[in-house]
Amino acid sequence: MTIAQLVNALGLEVLTGDINMNREIKAGYTSDLLSDAIANIEEDSVWITIQRHINILGVAKLKDAAAIIIPRNLQLEENVIEKAREEDIAILRCPQSAFEISGLLYNILTRG
Amino acid sequence: MVDSLQYTPQITLEFPIGEKDFFMAGESASRVKKTLQQLGLKQDIIRRVAIIIYEAAMNVAIHASHGLLTVHIDPESISIQTDDKGVGIPDIELAMREGYSTAPYEAQEMGFGAGMGLPNMKQCSDELSLDTKVGKGTTLKAKVYFISKEHPG
Ligand SMILES: Nc1ncnc2c1ncn2[C@@H]1O[C@H](COP(=O)(O)OP(=O)(O)OP(=O)(O)O)[C@@H](O)[C@H]1O
Ligand SMILES: [Mg+2]
Repeated sequence: MTIAQLVNALGLEVLTGDINMNREIKAGYTSDLLSDAIANIEEDSVWITIQRHINILGVAKLKDAAAIIIPRNLQLEENVIEKAREEDIAILRCPQSAFEISGLLYNILTRG
Repeated sequence: MVDSLQYTPQITLEFPIGEKDFFMAGESASRVKKTLQQLGLKQDIIRRVAIIIYEAAMNVAIHASHGLLTVHIDPESISIQTDDKGVGIPDIELAMREGYSTAPYEAQEMGFGAGMGLPNMKQCSDELSLDTKVGKGTTLKAKVYFISKEHPG
């Protein structure tokens, strides 16, 4: 499934505009510890995290993550969003908690 | 995909790391990753090297004041080294333990400080050594061979 399809299916808010929306998503990972994320995010994953420091982009880029989902409608600083656009990493947001959105994502990715 | 780089000259890449410069630490890992992809190295080698560089550079940015990251590519292996001016590590065995961290609160708030960096590096490397002087600084050396005994395939 593509990022655009995921956005539609889960009603996600797209913070980074029209970038990377046709990229395929194959998996997901939920973690707020960067060393854990670095060790475990798979390629083409969606990474769910409440971290919003600019460094999440370094992690996402290094691990070839497809997109980042920020739960609980948490605020992001504009410079992070700008940098994400530059780096071609989509940042998505939702009102649900990390637990809830992980469950929804899991269902969608495993049931196809 | 290749197992060795017989026709490639040796390559050395250097990246200065500033205090609390978290973005540069991630960026240097991404740049080396790109270089290794251009050389056509195996995915698994690239993945491991990228993790080592990221964790090593982050440790310099978080725990030391500043330092230098050097990545050397030769026909058989990739060597990663960080040299920093910093507080040093009083007890290496303790530092290597999963979950042990002295990361300051501000770093924890950003998601660092799980105490997983050094264990991750050890897992990803064929050789890892730390040389440290308390109050002076730390040198970390890691090596990944293209044909690995511990990570076959
Ligand atoms: N370059 C360094 N200079 C001084 N101390 C260091 C250095 N690298 C590691 N340490 C010490 O070793 C500890 C463990 O390092 P490790 O990378 O495993 O975990 P961490 O950096 O605290 O957390 P994480 O890597 O999971 O974000 C650190 O908390 C710190 O006390
Ligand atoms: Mg660390």
